[in-house]
Amino acid sequence: METSTAAAKVVNPQEKKIVYKTSDLDLWYGDNQALKKINLDIMENEVTAIIGPSGCGKSTYIKTLNRMIELVPGVRTSGEILYRGKNILDKSYQVEELRTKVGMVFQKPNPFPKSIYENVAYGPKIHGIRDKKILDQIVEKSLRGAAIWDEVKDRLNQNAYGLSGGQQQRLCIARCLAIEPDVILMDEPTSALDPISTLKVEELVQELKKEFSIIIVTHNMQQAARISKKTAFFLNGEVVEFSETNKIFSTPADKRTEDYITGRFG
Amino acid sequence: MVKCASHLVIGMKGVFKLATQNTNSFSVQKMIQEKKKKKSAGGITEKIMPYILFLTAAVSVLTTIGIVLTLIFETFLFFDAVSIKEFFTAKVWYPFSETNGSFGILPLVMGTLKVTVIAAIVAVPIGLASAIYLSEYATDSARRIIKPILEVLAGIPTIVYGFFALTFVTPILRDIIPSLEIFNALSPGIVIGIMITPMIASLSEDAMTSVPNSMREGALALGATKFEVAIKVVLPAAISGIVASIVLGISRAIGETMIVAVAGGSTPNLEWDITGSIQTMTAYIVQVSQGDVGYGTTIYYSIYAVGMTLFVFTLVMNLLAQYITRRFREEY
Repeated sequence: METSTAAAKVVNPQEKKIVYKTSDLDLWYGDNQALKKINLDIMENEVTAIIGPSGCGKSTYIKTLNRMIELVPGVRTSGEILYRGKNILDKSYQVEELRTKVGMVFQKPNPFPKSIYENVAYGPKIHGIRDKKILDQIVEKSLRGAAIWDEVKDRLNQNAYGLSGGQQQRLCIARCLAIEPDVILMDEPTSALDPISTLKVEELVQELKKEFSIIIVTHNMQQAARISKKTAFFLNGEVVEFSETNKIFSTPADKRTEDYITGRFG
Repeated sequence: MVKCASHLVIGMKGVFKLATQNTNSFSVQKMIQEKKKKKSAGGITEKIMPYILFLTAAVSVLTTIGIVLTLIFETFLFFDAVSIKEFFTAKVWYPFSETNGSFGILPLVMGTLKVTVIAAIVAVPIGLASAIYLSEYATDSARRIIKPILEVLAGIPTIVYGFFALTFVTPILRDIIPSLEIFNALSPGIVIGIMITPMIASLSEDAMTSVPNSMREGALALGATKFEVAIKVVLPAAISGIVASIVLGISRAIGETMIVAVAGGSTPNLEWDITGSIQTMTAYIVQVSQGDVGYGTTIYYSIYAVGMTLFVFTLVMNLLAQYITRRFREEY
């Protein structure tokens, strides 16, 4: 497998702020340590990719960023994750508030068994927005933002499960956009999709990064190379290397990174 | 047998050899062929079994058809003596007079209706709340304790509930509502509600638990609270199962016999009052069945007409449930 340099981008010299500052994060599932001393600074308005073999902790890490990891029984953490300067692992941090700011797109499309419209309007509705006219605008804007408006505008009242897998995933992205989050977490968003749908989602990510900070976990190294500005390589719960994507894929600093991206394992 | 045993020995040797030196001293295919020859009669089993299974299935269907036909037939005989108009419009049910009995079923329907509505008012909120607790909040260990208890509750004989209503609930209610008669609609209604609560809770919980977790995650990731997830995602997604459980519970309340026969009294009346004695359709059938009513009398046939009415009620409930589940189903 050839290392791709296709994603080489001009580094934007403009000063950007840190969205997520992770310091010495440890995480255990029961007695099993899944993350070890993670230190990562994630910048706003860019795409950060997290790559690594199965079981390396990349999904665990991204789920820690919106505390979805708490749904797993027996999870313990130590260290801190500062989101916009506040430690989200602090018990006093309201998890609902965090998740209102940090949207998430899952591995498998998981629309609600409701109409397309209701799926997108769900987020604004639970946060108290009831005005039909405003909701209409939000739904249209979000669906346009997720590049699916033209495909669904004539059937907004049909069940979301009538859409194809790729459309469902873009609908889930639209659902996420509807509450205008600050960060979008994507946990292998294209792993259940066909190549054409994958391409559409990737193009969408390129659009979205103008407005949102995106953190994407992916199995697919080419995908990371194509769409991300920075890449973190996880292995056995540790961050082996974290730097500019084009550097990771052309001149990796660590031997293990090189072995992984050249396909020697994983 | 001997042959079989020797095969086994060879077989085990073979496995051992396979593991150690990788040679095959026996053939699995050959053994399969031999076994097949031995049980060539198995072909007959394959041919006969579907018919036997069909017959057993047919027995239950035919029995049901038989019961319905008997009901219809005897009901027709009843309507030879009493006009359909009188049956559905007369306001008094007093069949025990040979000369001028009155056969208006409305008072009996009223009795059933009152008890059923009270039962539903008790059972639906409690049942749904328990279901939400069990599927969304309870820990695994709590669920493992509570669910079997619910199922045991559902298995208590109804006569026990009947005496519970008469000797425990009614006295307590009479302390609160002094005007309450000993036999009334309220007490059996509440107790029937208690009886069907576990059923509604358990079936609704099943429906809610089978909603995929990915949907809960989707809502939680949007900043929904646990309660919002339960009410606005899980409940609607499970609505068809929940409605089915409620209708099933109400069907049972309509058909419930012993509790009302014991604690409801035997005074058919058309009043909305729930503190006085009533008689439900089922309780009337019990009363007549126990008495020495002669075969072929109008009273005798009347229990079929009442039974038929009861059957139509539950049938309509079931059809309604099917319609509602189809109409509101959220496919996922």
